[in-house]
Amino acid sequence: MKLDLNDTTATDVNKALLQARRASGTPAVGMVLTMVVVIDEEFAYDAMRAAQQASQEHPSRTVVVIRRHPRSPRDRTHSRLDAEVRLAADAGPGETVVLRLYGEVRDHAQSVVLPLLLPDAPVVVWWPVDAPDKPAEDPLGALAQRRITDMDACPDPLGELEKRAAAYAPGDTDLAWTRLTLWRSALAAALDQEHAPVRSVAVEAEPGNPSAELLLRWLRARLEVSGEVRPSAGPAITAVRLETDRGDVSVVREDGPLATLTLPGQPPRSLALKIRPTSELIAEELRRLDADDMYEIALRGAGATSGSAADAGAV
Amino acid sequence: MITLTEATGTVGAAPLGAGVPLLGRANPLRDPRDRRLPRIAGPSGLVIFGVTGDLSRKKLMPAVYDLANRGLLPPGFSLVGFARREWADQDFAQVVHDAVEQHARTPFREEVWQQLAQGMHFVPGDFDDDQAFEQLREAVEQLDTSRGTSGNYAFYLSVPPRFFPRVVQQLEKHGLAEAPPGSWRRAVIEKPFGHGLASARALNALVHEVFAPDQVFRIDHYLGKETVQNILALRFANQMFEPVWSRSYVDHVQITMAEDIGIGGRAGYYDGIGSARDVIQNHLLQLLALTAMEEPASFDAESLLTEKLKILKAVKLPEDLGEHTVRAQYTGSWQGGERVLGYLEEDGIDPSSMTDTYAAIKLEIDNRRWAGVPFYLRTGKRLGRRVTEIAVVFQRAPYSPFDSTATEELGSNAIVIRVQPDEGMTVRFGSKVPGTSMEIRDVSMDFAYGESFTESSPEAYERLILDVLLGDANLFPRTEEVEESWRILDPIEEYWATHGVPAKYPAGSWGPPEADEMLARDGRSWRRP
Repeated sequence: MKLDLNDTTATDVNKALLQARRASGTPAVGMVLTMVVVIDEEFAYDAMRAAQQASQEHPSRTVVVIRRHPRSPRDRTHSRLDAEVRLAADAGPGETVVLRLYGEVRDHAQSVVLPLLLPDAPVVVWWPVDAPDKPAEDPLGALAQRRITDMDACPDPLGELEKRAAAYAPGDTDLAWTRLTLWRSALAAALDQEHAPVRSVAVEAEPGNPSAELLLRWLRARLEVSGEVRPSAGPAITAVRLETDRGDVSVVREDGPLATLTLPGQPPRSLALKIRPTSELIAEELRRLDADDMYEIALRGAGATSGSAADAGAV
Repeated sequence: MITLTEATGTVGAAPLGAGVPLLGRANPLRDPRDRRLPRIAGPSGLVIFGVTGDLSRKKLMPAVYDLANRGLLPPGFSLVGFARREWADQDFAQVVHDAVEQHARTPFREEVWQQLAQGMHFVPGDFDDDQAFEQLREAVEQLDTSRGTSGNYAFYLSVPPRFFPRVVQQLEKHGLAEAPPGSWRRAVIEKPFGHGLASARALNALVHEVFAPDQVFRIDHYLGKETVQNILALRFANQMFEPVWSRSYVDHVQITMAEDIGIGGRAGYYDGIGSARDVIQNHLLQLLALTAMEEPASFDAESLLTEKLKILKAVKLPEDLGEHTVRAQYTGSWQGGERVLGYLEEDGIDPSSMTDTYAAIKLEIDNRRWAGVPFYLRTGKRLGRRVTEIAVVFQRAPYSPFDSTATEELGSNAIVIRVQPDEGMTVRFGSKVPGTSMEIRDVSMDFAYGESFTESSPEAYERLILDVLLGDANLFPRTEEVEESWRILDPIEEYWATHGVPAKYPAGSWGPPEADEMLARDGRSWRRP
């Protein structure tokens, strides 16, 4: 079911949601969170698809905020809100509201979003591209428990990484970090088996890959060793090598989804390590909604922890 | 809702990296704060006996694949099959491949399969064949060097119980049961755990002679189900249910496990065992224990065992077993639009068999919380539909300001935990019917897993196999529980063996009239699940 509302208000959108739900007989219960996606018209389709696929695992109300670029001077002054409500078959297990903001209201998106948040349920804001410099201080970001950015989608990913590190607040997270979970899990499993201390680390990746830099920082902080990122042809990260006294522990992913794990004195083994689609990354992000202390450590190094990281106990 | 996910997640969750051998220093890449990294099993392998069987193909192999697909198996994980087939490793891999494609929960991914397939081995042989076990030992040792399994193996006995002694003895004889220093060897066994207290003790003695009691994992797949684990989260992570969870508010509890299928091809196993031994002794008494137990000191296997045992020990049988227990057999009838045979007409069943396909019993729990609250347990084959649920039925309001016509349609309040299918929970209470007159009717408030956590519930066997590899015994009944459950059931079975004959119920109904009378005597009635 799909309803179009032109020149409307959040109150009317709420009314439309209620009516649509009654008509289709689906109750509002069971939705576990509100996901706010802030995006341009250009990228909206892909982001909405990813959000909808993720809502297979986490039924949610998705509020898509599109700030329309003004074309005429009249557009710039005249404030208008158009909304599109999608339910049931058109929105997967959750419901989707697409908001298009024209004119002055573009700067006051939070006033439209606030009444559309599900009662009690947590709020997640996702900027698939063009995240604000300080997500936690953004008016929309301030509504959320969890703020998802993606430095990989920026023109200067490594510069973006420094900005994220400077502006980090508990609840911030980035898909460049999410993309590392399989790598980190493989490396942790490798060190379950190899107990020799690691001397140095090297990450090989295509130049400018922010995930590689985060992975290196995480390894440096956890293993207390030095290391570097070496350029490779990609895609993304292609290898991680941990040098120990007994030889190298390495995970190498040349191309394709199968990587090779090598431990000193053991034959190489295959390891499934595919590049995951955005929907899977978002689904992983939504699994935990508390502060990601490990991300902060990767961003800023082991010494600099704020808030909850410090009292969570010794390492 | 979110807290609920977390609560279920932490029930029984060992600290990260548990199961990893504690050799040398801790792994610096693991940190309890790092919650993205999954609980991954340490280096290990799984040996399945009876790998050609139904359970293995439909449940175990798909579960192993699903675990690998979720990234929860260690690199180098090895799967060894043992059966009487002339198969090479590739043939075995093909069988697993087919089973996975057909039955796995998660989508088939080639790269995951590649990772898994490299660690697959097959050992052909008989359980009496010394040479085959010698071959198995060599295979296991070779995997240690070629795959880095570090000597950690779980032996899954997916074989009929009469073969248990043979397999266990062979494992011991060929040194397979003995773990090299710093590693583990575990045995996994499926029900039935004996057919009475005496035989259960004999079986336990036999297995424990070879494997230490804490290395024996008894699979009760019900305990691997999310809803069952959620009973503990529901009761002990929330404030609103526990205060009414006692004799002061609860009238009675009904625990039902109904199947719509008959005995199918299991005649050989089923006849002589019956539904009470097959289901009540393990599944239903475990559900009863989880529903009725006190809060454990912590969520480790030891504390859970202590509390469950206390409940099972406090279970009291009714004085008059004839009045408060019913057993029955289904008769040929129409079920769901199909003509089905009666139990005595099924293939391979003795026409004079006294085996029960339906059993209902009343139990009481002698403690401060539950004294006087009956627990009605029932199970059966060829009932109305497949359903398992726990219904906690509350007392009526002590005083009603509404006149009797207003509350005519009001039943008792109830909390129903739906274990399967459509996992979730229903709360039933009265509500005013819209309109000018005061009329109160029952309504349901519903929480469905399928709605709140779509597609995230792993299969019971996934959870249980992972727990075996991690050495986490929370979700496995221990020896004492098994023996205590038989102590409860044995007198009933003895009474049935010497008194009367099974009642009859048409296939597709909700049981014999005798079961309805049994509750009517107490002034109650069965819920229609």
